[in-house]
Amino acid sequence: MNPALRTIGLGKSFGGFKANADVSLSVKQGARHALIGPNGAGKTTFINLLTGVLPPSAGTIWLNGEDVTYASQQGRVRRGMARTYQINQLFAELTPIETVSLAIAERQGTGARFWSRVGADSAVIDEAEALLTRMQLGAMMTRRTSTLPYGKQRLLEIALAMACKPKLLLLDEPAAGVPEDERHDVLDSVAALPEDVTVLLIEHDMELVFSFADRISVLVQGALFAEGTVDEISSDPRVKAVYLGEDAHV
Amino acid sequence: MLQSNPAPQQDAKPVLGPAAFLKAKAAWRWPEFLFWISAFALILLLPNRHLLLNEIAILGLFALSLDLILGYAGIVSLGHAAFFGVGAYAAGLLTKYGVTEPVSGLVLSGVAAGFAGFLASFMILRGTDLTRLMVTLGVALIFHEIANRLDWLTGGADGLLGVAPGPILGRFDFDFAGTTAYVYSLTVTFLLFLAARRIVHSPFGLSVKALKDNRLRAATIGIAPNRRLIAIYTLGAVYAGMAGALLTQTTQFVSLEVLDFARSADALLVLVIGGSGYLYGGLIGAIAFKLMKDTLSAMTPAYWIFWMGFILVILVLIGRDRRMAGLARPFAPLLRLLGARRP
Amino acid sequence: MLTILFDGIAYGMLLFVLAAGLAVTLGLMNFVNLAHGAFAMAGGYATVVLMNRFGVPFLACLPLAFLFSAALGLLFERTLYVRMYERSHLDQVLFSIGLVFMAIAATDYLMGSSQQNIHLPAYLQGRITIGGVGIGIYRLFLVVVCGLMALGLQWILAKTRFGSQLRAAVDDRRVARGLGIPVVKVFAITFAFGSGLAGLGGALGAEIVGLDPTFPLKFMLYFLIVVTVGGTSSLTGPFLAALLLGVADVMGKYLVPQLGAFIIYAMMLAVLMIRPQGLFARGR
Repeated sequence: MNPALRTIGLGKSFGGFKANADVSLSVKQGARHALIGPNGAGKTTFINLLTGVLPPSAGTIWLNGEDVTYASQQGRVRRGMARTYQINQLFAELTPIETVSLAIAERQGTGARFWSRVGADSAVIDEAEALLTRMQLGAMMTRRTSTLPYGKQRLLEIALAMACKPKLLLLDEPAAGVPEDERHDVLDSVAALPEDVTVLLIEHDMELVFSFADRISVLVQGALFAEGTVDEISSDPRVKAVYLGEDAHV
Repeated sequence: MLQSNPAPQQDAKPVLGPAAFLKAKAAWRWPEFLFWISAFALILLLPNRHLLLNEIAILGLFALSLDLILGYAGIVSLGHAAFFGVGAYAAGLLTKYGVTEPVSGLVLSGVAAGFAGFLASFMILRGTDLTRLMVTLGVALIFHEIANRLDWLTGGADGLLGVAPGPILGRFDFDFAGTTAYVYSLTVTFLLFLAARRIVHSPFGLSVKALKDNRLRAATIGIAPNRRLIAIYTLGAVYAGMAGALLTQTTQFVSLEVLDFARSADALLVLVIGGSGYLYGGLIGAIAFKLMKDTLSAMTPAYWIFWMGFILVILVLIGRDRRMAGLARPFAPLLRLLGARRP
Repeated sequence: MLTILFDGIAYGMLLFVLAAGLAVTLGLMNFVNLAHGAFAMAGGYATVVLMNRFGVPFLACLPLAFLFSAALGLLFERTLYVRMYERSHLDQVLFSIGLVFMAIAATDYLMGSSQQNIHLPAYLQGRITIGGVGIGIYRLFLVVVCGLMALGLQWILAKTRFGSQLRAAVDDRRVARGLGIPVVKVFAITFAFGSGLAGLGGALGAEIVGLDPTFPLKFMLYFLIVVTVGGTSSLTGPFLAALLLGVADVMGKYLVPQLGAFIIYAMMLAVLMIRPQGLFARGR
């Protein structure tokens, strides 16, 4: 079986600066894979390369055995890749139900209909309602997004990505900035993601990584530094030196 | 501010299910009926002001077309008059060279303006607000220059003479009091408004709003931004072109004025007055604009432009939020019922 | 042929002085001031009034025009513009268009709508021949004055303390404030200086490009072209863009008059299509 995601020798340079160099990563189908690394390790660049925001300087990207190195952002979404953002990227003026229906309609190919009413298509609305309810947003789906509590907005981030029915979900620090009392909502929702969705978690928070991931890759200075199971990584002295050592400085 | 002052309809009533909520959001509200019934009632109520009312309807349609691209899609434009002008000249030339029936002339002019808008739309896809301002301004200037240079066709600075439209649908002749003109322009504006209203409440309309709100995210959930923007920009151009055609047909004249920068600025001012992003802003703004222009021009004929600038500066300085909170407060519930956003 | 080229260069230099202030407000302060031309017009009219009513010599008028427009700029910056810095570009555009309209009407009211003439002193009239090329003395004067201005500006921005304060204030307003840089003051001075330059340009240009109340609107696009084509990351870009625009405009109007203004419009659109950040901007 093809890996859900595979990069071969992926690299990105900005001028002389190598943000990513020779990253070869393989994420198994259905995996809960975490990508960790200290600040400035190139995690954000890597996710931008995967999603097609930036073109790579070297290497290739494979999604379920298909080369998507040069596919557009939308092309990758259609092939089953969805992402969330570390800093909320939502539609502040829309309601959650509209937000999620937008993505569902787009996926079903009805997003460009201009002569029917939003919400008239029950296939879209029912799915949106079910998804929002599952993501603990049931009570707020008709409120304007900008008025939702931050934790709920983080959940909407994930719900919006899930609305694309991804085979591979890239979670970029899902719990970043969430106040303590709303945090467990987000963690629960992440833990409850459907098993058939492969998840690549880009995270800073070790507690979240160790409780969630079954495999961890460590990115340091733009290159893959180590990879292994949770036990292997948490007991790897080199990782401790680089990663936790950096933490200790802070 | 919003959290301290939650929307009444959400607290007072039990929360609607999502399907019902979306349906209610797109449903007609009573002020809308009132607005359109009044507009049509003026045919009988103000028989002496049909010429002015006709101008208001046309300006309203033009501002509505700008609202589609600015208020919904967030595309800033300093040169929307380009498409108004294309439509106006197309209608004039069609009438002069054979197609005298106004409705067919209107449709063809809309097509011509839409084609121009389609071509121009490729230039507004990239870049920042600033480059869009420049590009739209540049396109309008080029059209102005073309109309000026092709004086054998357009009459250049003297304007196109000999535009004599026939009766509408072969039955209704234009009259001097402007009654036919007003009925015609209002009907066209109303029908195009209905279409626009339907479109902005459609999945397509929602996706355009999403693009304005957050283009980056819209792209990551699979919306191809360019196609949607091209479509809405073209639609806006069609509407603007039809407004231009209405002006030509009802005044039986076209001149370079239809392409003036001041016309683009007029539409912007109308939207500043009426508010953007809820379709009625252009229509309400057009009424206020024309009434103000009439009054102020009567007081100081040559210096209307001063007052126009003054109004712009003051309204912008006050800002949209405080405008809704202060000046427009008496009307705020009504405007909101028409679909205006709360500040 | 070379005469036309030289005319174009002089015209381009003039455009640079006219637009330099805009390049600073737009590029450095990120403020879209479409009313920039109104300050240029103010300088032009100040010169006309000083020369024709009070008999002030032309050369003495130039610094006065600068001061007049700078004072006007300072006044408007402190009272109105300062409220618009944090607004969206659209708001800034609408606001400054409003100002343009008011300026046009006010000038029309005060000065009449006709073209104003400036009578150049005799020593700036006529032409000389250098190496077989006929050169208007006033054009030469323009090139020298504007060239000095350009060099002076570059020096101020790159070498002086004020220049580095300005660059810091622009990079990050909050950090600059934290470093004790008087951001508000720096912006006000910059705005006033830019307006003053425009006023000087208006005074110098009245002879070449004419002066009537619609001046701010007529040249709005030219200024914007200089700034957007030149890019806003430095003054060198706008300078080269102004030269290019000047030469293209003069040459175009002379060689293919039937195309008129198409050449520069088309040029602008082409540049915006290919390099939205500006022709001379450094790639990001």
